[in-house]
Amino acid sequence: MSAPKRLIRVEQALEDGVLSSADAQALASRILKMSTADSADVFVNSNIANNLRFAANQVSTAGSVTDINVQVTSNFGPKHATVVTNNLTDEALLAAVKQSETLAKLAPDDPEAMPDLGPQDIKTVSAWFPSTANLSAADLIQAGLTALTPSRKSGDLATSGYLVVNAGSSALANTKGLFAYHRSTNANYTVTVRTSDGTGSGWAGAEHPDWNQVNIGEVSARAIEKARLSRNPVAIEPGRYTVILEPQAVGDLVQLIGNYADARSSDEGRSPFTKPGGGNKIGEKIMDDRVSLIADPFDPMILSQPWDGDGLPLGRQVFVDKGVLRELYYSRFWAKKQGKQATGAPTSFIMTGGTTSVDDMIKSTPRGVLVTRLWYLREVDPRTILYTGLTRDGTFLIENGKISKAVKNFRFNDSPLFMLNNLEALGRPARLAGTEQGGAVVVPPIKVKDFNFTSLSDAV
Amino acid sequence: MKTRRDFLKQSGLTAAAIAAVGTLSPASAMAGLIRTAAVEMPPDDVVRALMLDAITAAKSAGASYSDVRIGRYRNSIVFTREQQIVQTADLDNVGAGVRTLVDGTWGFGATKTLTRDGVVAAAREAVAIAKANRIARDQPVQLSPVQAYPNATWKSSFTTDPFTIPVEQRADLLLKANAEALKVKGVRFVNSGLLFVKEDRNFASTEGSVIAQTIVRVAIPFAITAVSADFSDFQTRTNVVAPAGRGWEYVLEQDLVGNAGKWAEEAVQKLSAKSVEVGRYDLVLHPTHLWLTIHESIAHPTELDRALGYEANYAGTSFVSPPEKMLGKLRYGPEFMNIQGDRTQEGACATIGYDDEGVKPDQFLIIKNGIVNDYQTTREQANWLKWWYDSQGRPTRSHGCSNADSWGTVQFQRMPNVSLLPGEKEQSYEDIIAATDRGIAIVGDGSFSIDQQRYNAQFGGQVFYEIKGGKIIGMLKDVAYQMRTPDFWNSMDMIGGRKSYELGGSFFDGKGQPPQINAVSHGAVPARFRNINVINTGRKA
Repeated sequence: MSAPKRLIRVEQALEDGVLSSADAQALASRILKMSTADSADVFVNSNIANNLRFAANQVSTAGSVTDINVQVTSNFGPKHATVVTNNLTDEALLAAVKQSETLAKLAPDDPEAMPDLGPQDIKTVSAWFPSTANLSAADLIQAGLTALTPSRKSGDLATSGYLVVNAGSSALANTKGLFAYHRSTNANYTVTVRTSDGTGSGWAGAEHPDWNQVNIGEVSARAIEKARLSRNPVAIEPGRYTVILEPQAVGDLVQLIGNYADARSSDEGRSPFTKPGGGNKIGEKIMDDRVSLIADPFDPMILSQPWDGDGLPLGRQVFVDKGVLRELYYSRFWAKKQGKQATGAPTSFIMTGGTTSVDDMIKSTPRGVLVTRLWYLREVDPRTILYTGLTRDGTFLIENGKISKAVKNFRFNDSPLFMLNNLEALGRPARLAGTEQGGAVVVPPIKVKDFNFTSLSDAV
Repeated sequence: MKTRRDFLKQSGLTAAAIAAVGTLSPASAMAGLIRTAAVEMPPDDVVRALMLDAITAAKSAGASYSDVRIGRYRNSIVFTREQQIVQTADLDNVGAGVRTLVDGTWGFGATKTLTRDGVVAAAREAVAIAKANRIARDQPVQLSPVQAYPNATWKSSFTTDPFTIPVEQRADLLLKANAEALKVKGVRFVNSGLLFVKEDRNFASTEGSVIAQTIVRVAIPFAITAVSADFSDFQTRTNVVAPAGRGWEYVLEQDLVGNAGKWAEEAVQKLSAKSVEVGRYDLVLHPTHLWLTIHESIAHPTELDRALGYEANYAGTSFVSPPEKMLGKLRYGPEFMNIQGDRTQEGACATIGYDDEGVKPDQFLIIKNGIVNDYQTTREQANWLKWWYDSQGRPTRSHGCSNADSWGTVQFQRMPNVSLLPGEKEQSYEDIIAATDRGIAIVGDGSFSIDQQRYNAQFGGQVFYEIKGGKIIGMLKDVAYQMRTPDFWNSMDMIGGRKSYELGGSFFDGKGQPPQINAVSHGAVPARFRNINVINTGRKA
């Protein structure tokens, strides 16, 4: 029996490792040489993921998956089609290229088709960390034990959690000479601790490309503390409250703005950023002037892919600058049609913060609610980004500058746009451990007034 | 996180797909649709030999039990908007996943390399992971009995394989339907698509089963948006056709071209509909809406792994817990309420011949005469309810709810088709409206959100009608209802009969870590709920 493997094999084989830039480029060239289309582009993605799940104080499932995907798009004038395969034999790759060409010829014209880009000046983001890549299955279970062992010993806690470490690379190449490559690792740890009496639940999480920056023990301890603090919640009336949202809760809601920040739908009249009478709201003040919303793959807390699906380089983009809408996403087609610059599709989401600690926010609050995280957010009205959802895993009443008791969870109906106009204080931004939507997100804790809780939930 | 999902997001494929279809429960499980490859799997005898190699390797490495799935997962998509094509793609992904049980602890290894060396390495990796994790398990996993099927095959219910329909024919159908919708004054945008799924699933286990199955499913996302002339409002009518475990014939039966004008009229009417007054109303919920309420408030809380805390860190737990205080005791709804789990239902999305543990699924009543009667189970979980099955004189066996969404994900408990059975009296949606004095009828599923124990939910819809004196007197908008699950179902006082039964469903029910999707159908009849809290969602600040 072999010892548990390292995440990244030392002897890296093309068939089941993470592809280096040279390997990815060689594979892409092999495929592009098979093309007989007017133009073609190829994505090559390789990934190894090791994960560990535990629940009810036991390890439940754990696994290791390796895969390499190739995505070929063939273009004939305004016609295009895509085929994706994970079979890398010459025979299979040729079949994929031919299939994409056959489909493209049969497909109706796409009047919005844009020509492939030529070579781009793309800078490298260093997102590969040996500390993450060298983790073994034994390392993962040792990390999980930081939550499992104290829970088992306590006799009154039940722990469940998930630890996943990835190492992968993605590359894009086309027949016009473009080549983009990004290699990254990532470690994500989340844990939920519930009290055996069923009245308390606490959650905590952390994520970073560098395993050394994920403080596993601190996350486990924080979830346990939240679980104990949240026991025996009392019901308080739903209504408008001053609310302190921890970064996870802020990210759950604020990140949604990114989904609506599209110039085209705004210009078409079906977006919250549509100006009454037509056009979009670029240049208008839309939220508190302490808020800026930014995308930046090079930010050390982010380290995401610095190019988008078209191969456009991504740098620092400021969508909201001190409360003013400065930019919306312009696709290459819409930019051309409107005479604007294509922005590239961002791969990160950053909200700037302030300097007020959560403790200080609590101290300055005569009566309010502290929220750990939000759950099951769903659009209710796209005209205002009105969402509904619930609080979860640690909701507390603040009275006279102190946490006075755990309270039952609330359902809210509110919009991040409304909320960021009702801002009282901002804290230091933190990297989130994965919102419902996913992706690299950095946001601060905030304090807002008049947050709209519409009903109570009995859920713990 | 650097995952396949991110890659596909970057490549733009999921963006088109997400724009066209909603997803159910945690996050954008839709990304899982976009899977990947382009060449056939090895021939059947090679697959069989590879599977036997994998489980033999697992056994000799120390596994007490092992199963292997070698699968080919194909998707074909065509997306359009207005009178143009947006995306055409074929996705094909092949690989092997090996699960092992070593000293009562699970391990899983998966590889795309379909060679003897590839699957044996995955099997050994699975065993190594199980051994490493033994330290964190003090209650060994035990599997309930299963029959061996040494040479089984199964094919889902379709007459025309949708993958045989040329892409131009699919695009032509969508563009014609889009054109019909665009003829209606006020309609500005149409997003439509055809999503086809075909899965060749091969399974073998150390219990002696070797099973080959072929599954086909189709979904038809279709969204029509009307914009007011002064750009002050926009309204969308979507979710018009349910997905199904059927073929191209199902697509044709929907008569997209014939119906598009009607759906478009509804989108335009929503612009001028009256904004609802908040308050309590009797709700008449059409099956095209009620399936989703069943999904969220009955099907999820009766997943046994949720009820026992196994999903606490993500999808959540359940108020239908602990089982010993619920089974035979908890009144979920009225006497005439019967909820059935069933992966044998022809044409439904979760239907299968054998599940991902080689279990032949059965029909079972989750709610019987209004009382909790059973949970959704796998082989590991069925044993946890042995005391209950013994007390009922029923055998302890899995209901066949084990499922993985790919060769590269580990199988676990997923939802079967879970349906509200028809009432004895043959009455229709219209009959129930006629019997209602003051209420709101809701057609189609819209916004949905429910807490992690499935108590407190809020549902929107697609089209809302005001009922007065047994008649529909006009359309409403900005409607959502908030409810507490047991109170809601106990307020149900009328349900439709057999002729009013329809299937709804989703391709994208999300659960698990890493997140997996599951396709599921829910049968429903129209039903009335008394005195439900309705809110107005049309806030401006």
